[in-house]
Amino acid sequence: MTARTNVLGVDWRTRGHAGWWAFALHRVSGVALTLFLPAHFWALGQALTGEAALSGFLAWTDQPLVRASEIALVFLLAAHLAGGVRLLFVEFRGWRAGWQPSLIAAVVGIATVCALSFALNLA
Amino acid sequence: MSAARREALLWLASRVSAMILALCVVVHLATMIVAVRGGLTAAEILGRTRGSMVWALFYGTFVIAVAVHAPLGLRTVLGESARWPERVLDMGLLLFGILVLFTGLRAVVAVTMA
Amino acid sequence: MPTDSLAARVWRTDIAGAGAFVSYVVPRSPSQTVLEVVTYIQRRLDPTLAYRFACRVGMCGSCAMTVNGKARWTCRTHVQAVARDGVLEIAPLANLPVVRDLVTDMREFFDKWARAKGHLTPTTTRHDPLARVAPDSDKRRAVDAGIECIGCGVCYASCDVVRWNPRYLGPAALNRAWTLVNDVRDGGNRERLGAVAGDAGCHACHTQQTCTERCPKHLTPTAAIAGLKRLTALAALRGELP
Ligand code: SF4
Ligand code: SF4
Ligand code: FES
Repeated sequence: MTARTNVLGVDWRTRGHAGWWAFALHRVSGVALTLFLPAHFWALGQALTGEAALSGFLAWTDQPLVRASEIALVFLLAAHLAGGVRLLFVEFRGWRAGWQPSLIAAVVGIATVCALSFALNLA
Repeated sequence: MSAARREALLWLASRVSAMILALCVVVHLATMIVAVRGGLTAAEILGRTRGSMVWALFYGTFVIAVAVHAPLGLRTVLGESARWPERVLDMGLLLFGILVLFTGLRAVVAVTMA
Repeated sequence: MPTDSLAARVWRTDIAGAGAFVSYVVPRSPSQTVLEVVTYIQRRLDPTLAYRFACRVGMCGSCAMTVNGKARWTCRTHVQAVARDGVLEIAPLANLPVVRDLVTDMREFFDKWARAKGHLTPTTTRHDPLARVAPDSDKRRAVDAGIECIGCGVCYASCDVVRWNPRYLGPAALNRAWTLVNDVRDGGNRERLGAVAGDAGCHACHTQQTCTERCPKHLTPTAAIAGLKRLTALAALRGELP
């Protein structure tokens, strides 16, 4: 006696394909970047009160947790960019299914490369 | 304006801003990856951007596009999951857009002019 | 259980509409389809099982069910391709009300075709000469790409947006609208574009491509919906959307 769907009313077996994961990544990265925006702008705005204020803020960012989230944000930004470009091509150039899985893999690849280069340069 | 027309135009605004952002983010990512080499200092950042009309225009465009794009994206997500009354949602997102625009332009002024 | 039999867990509902999976043991046979499994159960094991089919050859679109979690046309789905460790889980299509057992109420699905203005609006009468449409013209090709839809509802049952937004017209209705938008004989586009724009229409689609992934006819409703997004935006700019 099992329910037709799980407790959330969602059957995950129909979702585990490239296009769905690409959507999920695009949504999560989009929301995360949006929430980060005001904080990012506030931090840069510190420079209004002089270079010292910005320096002070940058010093604060020099801790493992902050650094890790910076790398994560670079990954999310690159993923949202590459995934977004793919979407623009699907919507404006009418790209059909076929090689979408490879393109989606490329999105994750580009994001990883960006995040890694950032992380390595940071070190 | 009919709902059909409004949604169609908002979709277009979201996609046109996305195209602008695509270019901006490529530049932004490249700058970031290069800039953090050997640590990030305020002097270095401001040395690059202060007094530069090109950077001011670039970041200005960037901020305006993101102030259009981010609230529209949030609108879609919240419209699907939050089920708030449409007016409340749209007003909230308009305010959010203004906040992004204002803080964003303030940041541009801070790093390129002040 | 011997390996030449199959454990079929089938969704059964009671008079009150509450449901649960019930297990049946069904013998395997070569090239057996999921529909054959369901038919075996109904003919040999429990004649009260309700399900729907007609053509058995992938033309009518009436036999779609959820098989091991994915919507499929059961008459053209081989057990061998979808059974997992000799287990087959068969449920009615998602995103549609269940009438009984494996039978769903498809009314909303087809009503949405009507809402998307999925009918031809003729511009000529029977007294006019037949329209000539060049087979290799762009528009005719766009029609060809979507016209083979059998109305099975697999895409509709697979789409997250349909679940999240019950007013969403869904991939099949929008795909149908796109074939008409490209039909040079049709004169109803102004109204149709108005009907398919907005958050119940093409703009709700997130290009997840589950519809395209699952469509048994290998159509790409996602591409059709993208086409509608472009055209409605253009019409909105020109002030042509009602
Ligand atoms: S591409 Fe659009 S219509 Fe198709 S399943 Fe995804 S959200 Fe639904
Ligand atoms: S588009 Fe494909 S999946 Fe959807 S109803 Fe038509 S044939 Fe079935
Ligand atoms: S019975 Fe007609 S399509 Fe399966």
